[in-house]
Amino acid sequence: MDICRLTASELIEKLRHNELSPKDIVESLRKRIRALEPQVRAYVRLDNAPLISKLLETVFTPDPNKPLKGIPVAVKDNICTEGHATECCSKILEGFRPPYDATVIRKLKEAGALILTKKTNMDEFAFGSSTENSCFGASRNPWDLACVPGGSSGGSAAAVAADEAFLALGSDTGGSIRQPASFCGVVGLKPTYGRVSRYGLIAFASSLDQIGPLTKDVKDAAILLNAIAGYDSLDSTSVNIKVPDYTEFLATDIKGIRIGIPKEYFVEGMDQEVKEATDEAIAELRRRGAVCKEVSLPHTQYAIPVYYIIATAEASSNLARFDAVQYGLRAAGEAHVQNMISLYKKTRGAGFGEEAKRRIILGTFGLSHGYYEAYYLRALKVRTLIKRDFDRAFAEFDCIVTPTTPTPSFRIGEKAEDPLSMYLSDIYTISVNLAGIPAISIPCGFTSKKLPVGLQILAKPFDEEMLFKVAYAYEQNTPWHLEKPKL
Amino acid sequence: MEYETVIGLEVHVHLKTKTKAFCGCSTEFGQEPNTQTCPVCLGMPGSLPVLNKVALEYAFKVALALNCSVQEFTKFDRKNYFYPDLPKNYQISQYDLPLAREGFLDVQTSDADKHIGILRVHLEEDAGKLVHKDDVTLVDFNRAGIPLLEIVSKPQIYSPEEAYAYLLALKSVIGYLGVSDCDMEKGSLRCDANISLRKRGVEELGVKAEIKNLNSFKAVKDALSFEAVRQEGLLREGSPVVQETRLWDAREGKTISMRSKEEAKDYRYFPEPDLPPFLIKKETIEAIRQSIPELPREKCSRFMKEYGLPQYDAQILTVSRATAEYAEECLRQSQGVNKKIISNWLIGPVSAGANNRNCGIADLGLSAALLIELVQAVETQQISHLTGKSVLEEMLRTSKSSGLIIKEKNLGQVSDTDSLKDEVEAVIKDNQKSVNDFISGKENALMFLVGQVMKRTKGKANPKVVQDTLRRRLTDA
Repeated sequence: MDICRLTASELIEKLRHNELSPKDIVESLRKRIRALEPQVRAYVRLDNAPLISKLLETVFTPDPNKPLKGIPVAVKDNICTEGHATECCSKILEGFRPPYDATVIRKLKEAGALILTKKTNMDEFAFGSSTENSCFGASRNPWDLACVPGGSSGGSAAAVAADEAFLALGSDTGGSIRQPASFCGVVGLKPTYGRVSRYGLIAFASSLDQIGPLTKDVKDAAILLNAIAGYDSLDSTSVNIKVPDYTEFLATDIKGIRIGIPKEYFVEGMDQEVKEATDEAIAELRRRGAVCKEVSLPHTQYAIPVYYIIATAEASSNLARFDAVQYGLRAAGEAHVQNMISLYKKTRGAGFGEEAKRRIILGTFGLSHGYYEAYYLRALKVRTLIKRDFDRAFAEFDCIVTPTTPTPSFRIGEKAEDPLSMYLSDIYTISVNLAGIPAISIPCGFTSKKLPVGLQILAKPFDEEMLFKVAYAYEQNTPWHLEKPKL
Repeated sequence: MEYETVIGLEVHVHLKTKTKAFCGCSTEFGQEPNTQTCPVCLGMPGSLPVLNKVALEYAFKVALALNCSVQEFTKFDRKNYFYPDLPKNYQISQYDLPLAREGFLDVQTSDADKHIGILRVHLEEDAGKLVHKDDVTLVDFNRAGIPLLEIVSKPQIYSPEEAYAYLLALKSVIGYLGVSDCDMEKGSLRCDANISLRKRGVEELGVKAEIKNLNSFKAVKDALSFEAVRQEGLLREGSPVVQETRLWDAREGKTISMRSKEEAKDYRYFPEPDLPPFLIKKETIEAIRQSIPELPREKCSRFMKEYGLPQYDAQILTVSRATAEYAEECLRQSQGVNKKIISNWLIGPVSAGANNRNCGIADLGLSAALLIELVQAVETQQISHLTGKSVLEEMLRTSKSSGLIIKEKNLGQVSDTDSLKDEVEAVIKDNQKSVNDFISGKENALMFLVGQVMKRTKGKANPKVVQDTLRRRLTDA
């Protein structure tokens, strides 16, 4: 039995029947990671230190209060883990070891999960869609090592796809969970804004960020979301709504479910093979009894400009704290620093990568005196219009189905010099964050070059149940999630 | 040509909450540096603010006491600027929707009542403190995140004296609410002043200077007086006043230019995404309004009406809530004694005793009943006023009652003419010169003789009786 090929739900079963021990699981994971990392590079700062910083059981003892007992979870490098480096794959956070766990980490530990001490790779501060903007270098797509895994949670997606992780956490500000999930052929879910605590997630854009699961199948996503969702008094934007047991919604019957297909998403720029896979997926949903009809989301075309104004504005402020005063990088030659301002300039000049600098400058500009009304304030208003588009759509439909991305994964370096075309790869995922609604990406086929294609399902706020219902019904009737990359 | 001074004050007040504005750290003053911090007030990556509801309640309390109209829908904004005492390099503050605006504070100056408008009141977090040592600068974040209330007056203060009176009145009101110490020395009240001059009768405001580094109410008054003279000098010689920030140098007694507003900062305010806007319920605001106690001005006029006190007395007795409550207890319990006499004691000897002990009259541990017993002993001429004062000192030192002290020390006043006769005769005999002076019309000499009798009786004699006896004795002769 190749333990690493199993899903988390299968591991849980095997642990319960004492066919495996937590030590077996971590041991095989360690071997897998050691064997594959030279090619995939999903993790950062790998060394010989233990993957799990606690004693592992050789005989599993079940605990009904710990549903994830003995299950390893990989964590993106922007989620704080107490005592372990958390650097957002940025030089500026070099050596930062948070003195606290993010709320999601605390909850996972309480559920018995084993948190991997080594983090997954990402675009610096989650700024990117390819994981190329990492100070540790790019991760690779397990389906084609010359291609990007997507981003910014590319490390988490690649790790899950390469069976180097069973469950992984990512963060999604404009598609950073769903787009890499789609590129790597795994499941990625962005919960409703406020469903999962952001406490301990190093902020990119506070009004858009959400932590969510990247997993091998839909059931595992439900298991992981069960563990991390819920109100947190430490996050004023988390919402106090009861968390259901999402695994109860993994039914296969979707008869009569009303699905909207937004016409604005099926326009030029969409790859032909992606379109065919999406059309076929919609046909399959119809065959399962769903009622699919066209819907209009008229403000879709404004999503990208609105997103880049709001997200960069918030980022410019969120990233101001990296100033060499308390932690992180202090630019070399500090002895010669003349004053505070030159220390700031040297540190931030040396510590931030190109894309981070670009976004800080964009965001600072958008908030500046004389531009605020024209850019930021206007963007907030259009954001409200985008949200209303969805409100109207969900009055008529139970969910909306779209492709996750307009194209499959692209080659490393292909878009690195062209930030605008890179920004466009998030065109189908960004509106979801602006509206604060939940969405999931699931595998729905492959291109002729054997690159995965993802299907995105959107639901109204706090209706993750609907996502699980439709995604599971589709998944159980299709073979895509069972395919593995050749590594 | 005459110039008019126009002043606006921006006051920052620490709210006396147990914990900081957005985290659970203690706000206690004077602790070891960086011992009252956590990831939130240190602005560590990933940490998030959670609003302290008590800070908000206190803020509304002050706003309502300052007659402001309060905002039911309120939100926080980020004020972005880089400074090493600011952990996140932005301050959580309020910009376009302050929690209250359009209020006023009625202020008493030596010559008139003034009605000074309040522009806005908003809640924000304080920054840390830079400590400069030799050639290094250290940061203490204990203060970072303490709730700070900013109260901005309208430019409706027309003299340094009015500014001083405004600060006193503001401190008094906030003190009554019990939400801040308003202690400038501890930094729990800070004040920046904007001042400009304009020709009398002109509506438009002149070019202003902002004065910082004001460490006491007196500094505010002195700095504004200096600045008014400086600006008037410039205007009279036809030189322009530059819009700038100036620092008050208390030692030199002058203001110094710090930076001109040409490099005015762009704070890039935007709504704080980590704290959703919130709607305060009308009932909540009403409940806060109900919790506001009687404020100094109302109490002062009530003291005048109810106890027949002059305005001067009533004002002094109502300056702080504790003093007023103590004074009122004394006034209420003193059946049969003239209220003005009680007031005289409170403002005079009792206040002096408190001053010596660096506390307020309510903190002396002197019960109203004991004070009244003492006053009555003086009023019934059991002891002299002078003796009364020393008995009070003894009471404060030993907590004994006046009755006991008078008895123990045999201080009872002698009012009986017969028992004073020997002393009076002895003084007349020993002071023939003064006796002759008096007889020849020098009225002052009589007081000297009274003093001599008082001396011989160790202050126990009733001075009124002594005076009468002497006068009768000498005019008869």
